[in-house]
Amino acid sequence: MATVEKAPPAQAARFPSPFDVATPPGCEGWRDMYPYYYVFSEDRREFEEGKLWFHDGMHHPEPLYPFDTITSESWWIALGQYNSRVFIVPPALGIDQRVLNGYLYISANAITDGAVVGKRVDFFKKRAGYYYEHWNELYAKWEKKATDTIRELQAISVPDLPEMEDEAVVTEGRGVTSAYHVIAAYDRCIENMYKMWQLHFEFLNLGYAAYLTFYGFCKQAFPDIADQTIAKMVSGIDVMLFRPDDELKRLAKLAVDLGVSSAFADGRTPDQVLADLGKTEPGRKWTADLEKTKDPWFYFSYGAGFYHHHRSWVDNAQLPFSSLRSYIVRLGRGEDIARPSAAVKKERDRIIAEYQALLGTDEDRKAFGDMLNLARTVFPFVENHNFYVEHWHHTIFWNKMREFARLLMKNGFFADAEDMFYLHRREVYDALYDLVASWAVGTPARGPKYWPPVVAKRKAIITKLYDWQPPSALGPTPDVITEPFTIMLWGITTERVKDWLTPRAAAGVAKELRGAAGSPGVAEGPARVVLSVDQLAAVEDGEILICPITAPSWVPVFARIKGAVSDIGGIMCHAAIVSREYGLPAVVGTGFATKTIKTGQRVRVDGNTGVVTILS
Amino acid sequence: MPTQPYILRARDWAPEARSLVGGKLASLGELIQAGARVPPWFAVTTYAYERTLEHNGLLDTIRRAMAALDVSDQTSLEVASLCARKLIEGHSFPADLEEQLHEAYEALAKEIDVPDLAVAVRSSATAEDAADASFAGQQETYLWIRGRRSVARHVLRCWSSLYTPQAISYRARLGLAPDAGSMSVGVQQMVDARVAGVMFTLNPSNGDLSKIGIEASWGLGVSVVGGEVTPDRYWVDKVTLEILKRTISPKAMEYRQAADGGMVRVPVAAERQDVPCLSDEEVVELARLAKAIEAGYGSPRDIEWAIDARLPFPDNVLLLQCRPETVWSNRAPTPLVAPKADPLDYVTDRMLAGLRDMTRS
Repeated sequence: MATVEKAPPAQAARFPSPFDVATPPGCEGWRDMYPYYYVFSEDRREFEEGKLWFHDGMHHPEPLYPFDTITSESWWIALGQYNSRVFIVPPALGIDQRVLNGYLYISANAITDGAVVGKRVDFFKKRAGYYYEHWNELYAKWEKKATDTIRELQAISVPDLPEMEDEAVVTEGRGVTSAYHVIAAYDRCIENMYKMWQLHFEFLNLGYAAYLTFYGFCKQAFPDIADQTIAKMVSGIDVMLFRPDDELKRLAKLAVDLGVSSAFADGRTPDQVLADLGKTEPGRKWTADLEKTKDPWFYFSYGAGFYHHHRSWVDNAQLPFSSLRSYIVRLGRGEDIARPSAAVKKERDRIIAEYQALLGTDEDRKAFGDMLNLARTVFPFVENHNFYVEHWHHTIFWNKMREFARLLMKNGFFADAEDMFYLHRREVYDALYDLVASWAVGTPARGPKYWPPVVAKRKAIITKLYDWQPPSALGPTPDVITEPFTIMLWGITTERVKDWLTPRAAAGVAKELRGAAGSPGVAEGPARVVLSVDQLAAVEDGEILICPITAPSWVPVFARIKGAVSDIGGIMCHAAIVSREYGLPAVVGTGFATKTIKTGQRVRVDGNTGVVTILS
Repeated sequence: MPTQPYILRARDWAPEARSLVGGKLASLGELIQAGARVPPWFAVTTYAYERTLEHNGLLDTIRRAMAALDVSDQTSLEVASLCARKLIEGHSFPADLEEQLHEAYEALAKEIDVPDLAVAVRSSATAEDAADASFAGQQETYLWIRGRRSVARHVLRCWSSLYTPQAISYRARLGLAPDAGSMSVGVQQMVDARVAGVMFTLNPSNGDLSKIGIEASWGLGVSVVGGEVTPDRYWVDKVTLEILKRTISPKAMEYRQAADGGMVRVPVAAERQDVPCLSDEEVVELARLAKAIEAGYGSPRDIEWAIDARLPFPDNVLLLQCRPETVWSNRAPTPLVAPKADPLDYVTDRMLAGLRDMTRS
């Protein structure tokens, strides 16, 4: 269960050394955007050159804005500590991180000394055993902790710095002022973010370990069984990530029942629809329901939630409203728009029963049942944690940060509030301190002179870094990859790494792309390359969606497409999960699909074998 | 005893009819009952055989010829065989049987609307049940037979094959009477195979019961069965019926039906050689049938099949023969993992197995 890093044979193919990758022209000084510990450095060269690093295109496909490293830096600690210091996972420590030319590279830390591993086993059994045994009750506690943490964040108010403090500061003898509150609010937001990421990983590593145990047994008992079939056996039916779409269906039905469907006429913006609805009593009733539904179900990111510019349905209701419209139209045609949950569940139960019956002995049937039960016990967390953390919490977090950004902008630190994200979170702390001090003492802050040129330079660098293609991996090639996160989440397998090394996979030339078989079935159709959320509206019925990565909030689009292909992702990635739910073929983790395929080309998606063929 | 039928149509087959149709046709009947689609057929029953011998007064003559026989003497064996076979082939059916055979053949031809339908005429002996496969193989099968007269002639030839020297000496070896056994004859629509091959309801290389393996090549199945081509190979998941793997091989030759009714070995045009010979829907339909058949028999099977060029999907997907798988089915299964009281131990084991793999590599 660890990435194997061994010195490669003399002539073995290897990826470039991180020290040999040139800085793209115009990006000189990119290192200054990141903390000293976060970049490859000469003083750790020997260590850093000795291991395989791969680009985490799954969670951080874009260059990292300095502020946005708060997500990667948070999971760096959170994931690692639960393996290394909490549950004492026998053969695995954490996953290390470095930034190269603005892109995040990660590397699993394995323990290869059998004696050390052996010593860790007893601790692991005791600690992990406790969690597995009390999973449901601990998970219930987790849901409360997560919700409380989100509510705490929501409750933090970002004060203004008034010309004169309110008289109440005096009459109530408060003793602290806006100066303190600004700094403290920022600290509390940052701490809240750290805490949410601690919670993110409280169960996740153990969840994947249980899943991989069942996965490994299935692969042993039924060699070549499709990964997605194993996932299907474990998957839940009422997954939180499907809930926002389910809520839209419910709201669509409510609109029909209340007789307000006409407000959703084609071509209207959400604001126009809402204005129209506000004119009638039934319309206001619908709007009231929408408002109630929004928290939390519209705190649903268009992206993965990892970047400040991953906005949500609450920020931009275009997509949910266009879905509402299409659901209303379908209801008008008398269609059943509900998810076929009963059929999905029945099929899942049939698959489980048939596989179990195929095993040769009672012992194996029992083991299969026990492992499956454990995997299914842990899976609700695995499936739902993203909603709490990356969607619900992060939507609020990024918007909270915008409040600080506006405060700084108002005081001349930035021309545009979004500029703040070109500062690292500790630089923002400094800027706020600068501002608060200037407010307190009544002298001009240095920030308005200091930060605009820094932001301008960084903007230019990041714009250029977007055009740079990060190598899939750096360093020596491993013989075999067994680290669970690497395989399950990032879709990085031994085969995939070999594939990266073959020249035919280079961007722009391949007729055929290989990835992980994410969801079974075969489909052919015209391709629609979608690089960002605002291009989603262009997707037409029957097209094959080609995207870098999908987000759960894209779900409504899955009702229109015939198949999906992503650059990034493993079998448990979102695109794969949703495609299975919708019965669409999907190939994920192809690496180059959006660079190789053009909109309008005919493509064939084979979700059974993981092959995408360009037909025209 | 009620009057026995001369002709038994496929749809009237029931396990009780086994003695009327012989072993080979009984297994065809079972195949249908297990859910297979097979080329349409009917049986000329053992009763028809017995009545024909009786009608022509042949029983005593044959018995006499057999009584004079010395099975250890090859010449004597051949003389007796020749005598019995000439007797059978030289006579005709009772008139009512002839009429019924004619009707049954016309009905078969009508099913796919082909006049002078080509059929396979196969013997199906009642002694076959007790016999080993080699004996079964010694019985005659005539392919590409057209027209009612020719069908009738070949029914007689099948019957007479009960008296080949090999069959006579085989019965003698088993201590059976020389005239023991009766014979039914199957008349089955000849498949115009665009593609044919074999499939197995487990992975023969590791005994994995969750897979269905399909081997397929152009034309008649003999090229696959005889190992003359490297067939296309498909692996299908038995539970989900998803195609897991396709290996397409160059298929340089095929057997096709010849003008004279026989088979010819012909080269495959270059542009067809590397093309997959089955469509995905055909692969899945074959797998679906294989799964149903296995469930019907309750144990793994090897199955011969063909895709008929004249029929639309899915009627074109036909099963020809089915045998029990014997290698893995006769092995006692061994557990893959030692059972654990605490499921956590499976997790720990799996993690350490990863480490073991690692130190090995």
